[in-house]
Formats: sequence, structure tokens, C-alpha cells
Amino acid sequence: MAKIPQKIIHNYLRHRKQFPHVWCPGCSNGIILGAIIRAIDELKYERDDVAMISGIGCSSRMPVYVDFNTLHTLHGRALAYATGVKMFKPEMKVIVITGDGDATAIGGNHFIHACRRNIDLTTIVVNNNIYGMTGGQYSPTTPTGDIATTSPYGNIDPVFDICKLALGAGATFVARTTAYHVIEAQSFIKQALEHKGFSIVEIMSACPVIYGRLNKKGDAPAMMREMKENALPLEKFDELAPEEKQGKYIRGIFKQEIFPEYTEKYAELVASLQRE
Amino acid sequence: MAKKEIKKNHQEMTLMQGNEAIARGALTAGLNFYAGYPITPSTEIAEILSAELPKRGGVFIQMEDEIAGISAVIGASLAGAKAMTATSGPGFSLMLEGIGFAKMAETPCVVVNVMRGGPSTGLPTSPSQSDIMQSRWGNHGDAPAIVLYPNSVKESFELTIRAINLAEKYRTCVVLLTDEVLAHMREMVELPDFKNIRIIDRIKPTIPPEWYRHYDENPKYRTPLASYGEGYRFHVTGLAHDLYGFPTNKADEIEIMMKRLRKKITHHIKDLVQIESFRMEDATTAIFAAGITSRAAKAAVKLARKSGKRVGLLRPLTIWPFPDEAVRKLLGSKKTVIVPELNQGQLSLEVKRVLGGIWNYENRKTRKIIEVRKTNGELITPVEILNAIKEVK
Ligand SMILES: Cc1ncc(C[n+]2csc(CCOP(=O)(O)OP(=O)(O)O)c2C)c(N)n1
Ligand code: SF4
Ligand SMILES: [Mg+2]
Repeated sequence: MAKIPQKIIHNYLRHRKQFPHVWCPGCSNGIILGAIIRAIDELKYERDDVAMISGIGCSSRMPVYVDFNTLHTLHGRALAYATGVKMFKPEMKVIVITGDGDATAIGGNHFIHACRRNIDLTTIVVNNNIYGMTGGQYSPTTPTGDIATTSPYGNIDPVFDICKLALGAGATFVARTTAYHVIEAQSFIKQALEHKGFSIVEIMSACPVIYGRLNKKGDAPAMMREMKENALPLEKFDELAPEEKQGKYIRGIFKQEIFPEYTEKYAELVASLQRE
Repeated sequence: MAKKEIKKNHQEMTLMQGNEAIARGALTAGLNFYAGYPITPSTEIAEILSAELPKRGGVFIQMEDEIAGISAVIGASLAGAKAMTATSGPGFSLMLEGIGFAKMAETPCVVVNVMRGGPSTGLPTSPSQSDIMQSRWGNHGDAPAIVLYPNSVKESFELTIRAINLAEKYRTCVVLLTDEVLAHMREMVELPDFKNIRIIDRIKPTIPPEWYRHYDENPKYRTPLASYGEGYRFHVTGLAHDLYGFPTNKADEIEIMMKRLRKKITHHIKDLVQIESFRMEDATTAIFAAGITSRAAKAAVKLARKSGKRVGLLRPLTIWPFPDEAVRKLLGSKKTVIVPELNQGQLSLEVKRVLGGIWNYENRKTRKIIEVRKTNGELITPVEILNAIKEVK
């Protein structure tokens, strides 16, 4: 297994910002932020060129800790703010951090339209299957039957498959992994950042304190183990008999495709008008 | 770049629509980013800018809804753009959370609200003045507003420039109210001499990034504002924040922030408030009217004067902050104040607030406010105001 150097993360943290951070012990948010930082470090992006933009939620608290151009917006709206930043400064690398609720409930409209435009934003959807920040109400990805504070008898809602939603809406890089598969997460994030067009990496994340507790999932290591066992690469998933697929899901890159990118198309329009 | 453009159009007489004047004014002020969602009666602003901005290297983008529109505008402004969106009542309601964010995060931007009849979908192609209070109190939380309201096509041009200037100067969201009739009517306009138009740009920081603070304690002065991608790497949040922009829940830091949001407006009332006073010197009856209704009011003043009635007009060009001092000084001594408006009494509520403080037990009996209200989609006519004047004994 590859070694994970720790000093890198320290270098990217804001030293003026007061720690400790807001996350609970055992939360996956820190692991995911670490993977993002290491991916950016490997790509050797100038910090001045990186914008990290988030909505509202536990996961959306990431930007404040890191030394980039950072923007913590409104619940669900990160992609729309990011579209403004990217359209005005297309040379910037814009990363959007959003939760399952932030991206697909309140921000669902912005999500599908950012996918459709194929604008060059890299979106990390931290999917913990719950509204963490507000204390555990069900989200569009809370598994049917699961307990949330607003579904005390078990949730009757069908769920969104976020990657399928992104594929259907036209995103050109779509991948899923988990906080347990942190090296893979780092690699997917890196590829997503290098991808020209709208890229999304859904990262399954453990919320032991709220979702885990409500659904008797055990502690953080137990939830990690569950991710290790349930998230399978496509080949392995396909080998399973239908009854074995219960509770399992696919991790991997679902799509990586070149398609005209929105800010480039806009730049072409501007250039053609100025030539006239 | 903006200046070159300006010289070309130097002082033309043109037939122009109100919405077109807003688009032209915005471009003159240096607008280089527009994001929005179409809605009658504001749509021409987006249509014109979709043709003009790309030609000048600016950005036009039609978003998926108004929430996305204001969000993209704020994002672009943080990246350094002069950014604006335009809408009408229903869209303005959707934008309010974003408007509050812009005020909280002290990010310059302009929202044009072309008022139409309401509530709800209401009367899409008829005028109203029913968002006067929404533009002030609509967003949650306690933050003051800067809201301008022209009454002609020419003034739509001028006040759009002023709105963008004030947004940059005070680092806040400035609202330009107009109404359906102003927006769609055409008038001959002699555009002002562009050499004399003052364009305000934000001050860029010159200090090293380590010293940079995104906010300043002192509300009296303009503070430098860095943009994303320029080496300052600051943080912006809608949470209560300290001077660096980092979230805080320390009472003393929140106090500083809230005070600054308020005081940067209240310290600059003279700069912000603009009024027009017409035949007020010897008037015993005064009309207080804004926007499209003030034109009928002015006509009524002229008619009344012909029959020897001493009537004058006070018109706010700045609705918020409300021109308390002008109302106090110019209306406080009048026997009768007539407030015509296309709503159920929003401006008159403010007039009563201010005058209520002056009137005492003695003079209360001899003074009164006459309200002329209309909410059926039609304009208030000069004759209707004249009839109110005739009521005055
Ligand atoms: C307009 C608005 N509605 C509701 C809220 C309350 N709220 C804050 S975070 C949140 C849910 C966040 O869930 P998710 O996006 O999944 O992020 P997580 O906390 O799980 O990381 C809600 C409902 C809000 N801040 N703003
Ligand atoms: S509530 Fe859940 S998602 Fe939020 S910080 Fe705690 S463990 Fe993490
Ligand atoms: Mg969540």
C-alpha cells in the first residue's frame, strides 16, 4: 500500500484559522479533504489558481480550512456560484464541495444544469446518506427503509443514484468511490481535476455520529469496513448473483468523455464576434 | 476599455425604451457580467445584454432559475466582475436569500426589479409599486438596503450607472426598482455627456497578502477588495465572520460585523439619498410620489397651480435609505400630504412614520395624509390626484 505523507496536508491548511474543526470524531470528511489536498498537490496547481466552493452542510465546511480562494455559499447553490467564478475567470481551477442533500435535493436543479452545460468544474459529492449538519433528516440518498429523525418508522422514499443522475444530465466525467478507498479517491479526484468539462466524483462517506447511530451501523471503523465490503469494482459486482448484489454498489469511473466545454465555447463566441 | 466605448456614443439623442436604457447604463458603468432568468417585464434587459456583452468580451449567461442568477452574479463579483441581474417580483422573491448573502459577505452586485402587479404571478404585463417594502425587508436578517427608483427613461440610464457605482463603493447589493410602464415605454433621451459620468471601480489592495483582511472595522471609508485568483486567497462565507472572513460566534466580533453593515449606510446618508423637489417653496399641500406615479403627480401639480392651488411634489430617487430628513423638512410643515402609489400603502407607511414623529397633539388635528392607492394594474392618473387635491380644504 502506498504511503500517505502527512506533511502535505499541513502545508495547505490555513494557519490563521482556529482549529479544532467542526467535524465529529470518526467522520469521513477529513479523510476526503485529505484526498483532495493530495490530489491538488500532485498536480502542482498554484494555490492562487484554485477556488474551492461549497454549499451548506458538514461536508461543505471544508473550504474554510484550506489555503485557496474559498467560498462557502448557500445551501444547494455552490454550483451556481462556481459557474459565476468559472465564467469570469476560466483560467481558475474550480472545485465544488457538496453533500448529498446539498447537491441533489435543494441544489438538484443547479446540479443537472451544470452537468448539461459541461462547464469545467470538478464536483465532489460527499454522500453520507443523510443530512448530517441538521442532525439526521433523510436525504434523497437515504436508503429506503432507513431511520432518520424525520423518518422514525423507516424512510419510504426511493433513492437517487447520484452517478446515474449525472450521467443522464450530461456530465462528461463521472466516478464513485468511498472514503475507505482513499488512494482511489485521490486518483479519481486527480483525473477529475485534469478532465476538461464537468466532472463529478461521488465519495461515499461515513457519518457514524448521526446516520450510523440512527441505523445501528456501529462505530466509524465498522462503517469503514462496510464500505470496504460493499463498494465493488464493476467486474466484481457483475460476477455476483442477483441476491448477492443486495446492499452492494459499484465504485469506479463510469464515464470519461471529451465533449465541448462551456467556457471554451463561450470564448469562441466572443472571439468570433470580435473578429467581425 | 469601457471608456473607448463611451466616446463613440457621445451625447446622442435617441428614442429608447426604459429597459434598453438600463442595459445601456449598465454597460456604460462597466458591467462585464450578467446572469439571470427571463421574466416579463424585465426580459429586454437580458436580451440586449446577451447581444452586447459577448461583443465586448463580457459574460452573459442564462441560468436555470433566478436563484442561480443571483448566485452566479455573486460568484463572478468575487472573481472581480461588475455583475448584475434583472428580474421582476416573483424572481426577486427567489433571489432574496442570495441578496442577503451579498449584503452579509459585502460583495458588490446590482439587482434590477421591474415591478409588476402581484401577489404571485399577478399581472405580468401591468405596472405596480408593490415591492417597495420587499426590496427593503425581503431578505431575512437585519441588514439595510440601498434601493433606487427612476421615473424616466433617461433616469433609468443614469440610476443604473449610479446603482453599479454604489454597489462597488459600498460593497453591497444595490437594488434598482422600476415598473412595467417605465420599462416598456419609449422616450427621446439625450444621453448625458459621457465625459462627465463618474465611474466608480472597487479599490484593489496593494498590501502583501499576509496583511490582507477582507473586511474592515471602520464603516466610514472605502476598503480595498481583492478578487479571487489575484494572490489574496481569502475566505467568504454567509456565516457571521471576523475581519478575515472566517466564521465566528464571538459576540464582540459579530457586533463589529453587524455594526459595520448598518453604519456603512447610515454614515453616508448624504451620499446615498437623492430627492427631487418641485414647486415646494410656497406649497401648502405636498405630494410624495415615486417612479411612474410621480409623473402623474407632477402633471397634477401643474394643473392645480393653474387653478391657483399651492401644491408641490417631493420625489425620492433613493427609496432606501428612506429620505427621512427631506420628508421631515419639506413635508413636516405642510397641512396636507398626498401619497399616491400603486400598492396598498407602502410609501405612505414610511411618510407616516417620519411625520408621526413631528406631529403633536396640537397640529395633528389640522394636518392629514391622503392616500391614493391603486392595485388593479392601471396607473394613477393626474386627474385622480387632482381630485385628491380638491378634497383639501
Ligand atoms: C435554505 C436552507 N434550507 C435549509 C437549511 C438547513 N440545512 C443546513 S445543512 C442541511 C443539510 C445538509 O445535508 P448534506 O448536504 O447532505 O450535507 P452533510 O451535512 O450531510 O454533509 C440543511 C437542510 C439551510 N441552511 N438553508
Ligand atoms: S454529523 Fe456526521 S457528517 Fe457531520 S461531522 Fe458529524 S459525523 Fe461528520
Ligand atoms: Mg449528507
